[in-house]
Amino acid sequence: MTDVRPRMLAGLYARNTRSVVARGMRVIARNNWLIIVTGFFEPVFYLFSMGVGLGALIGSVQYHGVDVPYAAYIAPALMAVSAMNGAVYDSTMNVFFKMHYAKLYQGMLSTSLGPLDIALGEIILALFRGLLYASGFMVVTTLMGLNLAWTAIFAIPAALIIAFGFAAFGMAITSFMKTFQHLDFVFFIMMPMFLLSATFFPIDVYPEPLQWVIMAMPLWHGVDMIRMLTTGIFEQAMIYHLLYFVIMIVVGVFFATRRLKALFLR
Amino acid sequence: MQQLHIEANQLTKRYGSFTAVDGIDFEIAPGESFGFLGPNGAGKSTTMRMIAATSLRSSGSLDVLGLDANDNGPAIRAQLGIVPQADNLDEELRVWDNLFVYGRYFGLPRKVVRQRADALLDFAQLQQKRQARVDALSGGMKRRLTIARALMNEPKIMLLDEPTTGLDPQARHVLWDRLFRLKDSGTTLVLTTHYMDEAEQLCDRLVVVDEGKIVAEGSPKELIRTYSTREVLEVRFGTAKNEEAAGRLAGIGDRIEVLPDRLLVYDDNGEQALTAVGERGLHPVTSLVRRASLEDVFLRLTGRSLIE
Repeated sequence: MTDVRPRMLAGLYARNTRSVVARGMRVIARNNWLIIVTGFFEPVFYLFSMGVGLGALIGSVQYHGVDVPYAAYIAPALMAVSAMNGAVYDSTMNVFFKMHYAKLYQGMLSTSLGPLDIALGEIILALFRGLLYASGFMVVTTLMGLNLAWTAIFAIPAALIIAFGFAAFGMAITSFMKTFQHLDFVFFIMMPMFLLSATFFPIDVYPEPLQWVIMAMPLWHGVDMIRMLTTGIFEQAMIYHLLYFVIMIVVGVFFATRRLKALFLR
Repeated sequence: MQQLHIEANQLTKRYGSFTAVDGIDFEIAPGESFGFLGPNGAGKSTTMRMIAATSLRSSGSLDVLGLDANDNGPAIRAQLGIVPQADNLDEELRVWDNLFVYGRYFGLPRKVVRQRADALLDFAQLQQKRQARVDALSGGMKRRLTIARALMNEPKIMLLDEPTTGLDPQARHVLWDRLFRLKDSGTTLVLTTHYMDEAEQLCDRLVVVDEGKIVAEGSPKELIRTYSTREVLEVRFGTAKNEEAAGRLAGIGDRIEVLPDRLLVYDDNGEQALTAVGERGLHPVTSLVRRASLEDVFLRLTGRSLIE
């Protein structure tokens, strides 16, 4: 063979990610519609209860000096949260279950597939799911008149970038997990991130040091990025948000690839 | 000379301070049917997983079809048919889809995969179940489907980890028949088992493994000849009396093994040994003369019975 794959990938990749994706699509087409549908409704319910319900009491929120109706303020945040949740759920819980209980990867690794084919396939499937959720949510928010600018359409690729970053990291973290209990750590971090990352109110209500902590977290960047796109209110911070996720993706993919042997070949 | 299919030198696998496989050597030739025989936890499955390149060895060397197993997982597995100890069929897919999707994992063209999936459903006698859900199949059917699936890439080597464990006798014979056909067609079979009869039926040559080490090697016949007599007399005196009776039987046969429930007298002529027992004034509750089996070999080599 005239292969010049880097040594790190020796025996890990067969260039057949496509078959893993095709398997996932086949399963979705035959059985898993329900899971897809429930995942779609989660942010929609939040939007109805908080956005519409609480929004009636709150009215509007100042965003970069502009008054934005409350529902339009939280809708982009819910989209970012849903991208994060879907990606993390798929790359931790789902991967862990398929690894240790359904033995799906064991079967795949009885073929000429390598761990990298499987990992990439799973990430692509997670992104596909993210694409469905994000598009569905966009339809709902558009119908409700919550997208204030045409740039809102870019919220869909933005959600995919967020999901990719979280999925790559999630998979790397899963490689360290030995039991289902370890997954609780992940949700222990995600919960406060969900509640505090300028999701439901601007972070300037906090003292400055705490604001810096929140701004160091990925979700805040995701929320603010999508919010700029749906409201059409752009600031220079947009560049940093994008950069944050580019770095997160690069580091996450590198880290996950390094951990593939630990994850799949014990 | 043809290239060896599998060659292991000082193959070792450690998990932390535990050594699962402890420096074993073996060679498997093309078309050979080779067995790893041993009790649970002997390191058989770990060895199989290293051959399949899904577990990386700690030290030693392991070449499968001329390729180093640690670095060539996909290329090696393209030529392997793997049947794991516990069925790991894709429960989210139907029977036929299981074969189709699995074939696609090898990167084979759709048309080829469709043809093979149909042919293998026949081979596995599962044509009527092609649209069935996997969890609705019986144990024997699942096993046959797993084997059919492993044949999708027309492998040169089949790795079978405990292929008939947990099956009823009839399902077992059906499976053995399928494996014989593969053997006849020239496929190399590598299998682990803790069933003696299975090893005797299917293996040209085998190694007996215990606590990660190879303790004996040879054809089933050779092993029986070397480590046992041709026949074995089994006598029972009742649980409490076996030990005492053993003392009074000393000198009869080549060797006597005391098991919790019976005594085994090793003698090339079992009937003669039984007569000798009677001449000493002992009357066993039951007695049985049988041909020696690999169970006897294992008992001799390790001092323990295989299935505990």
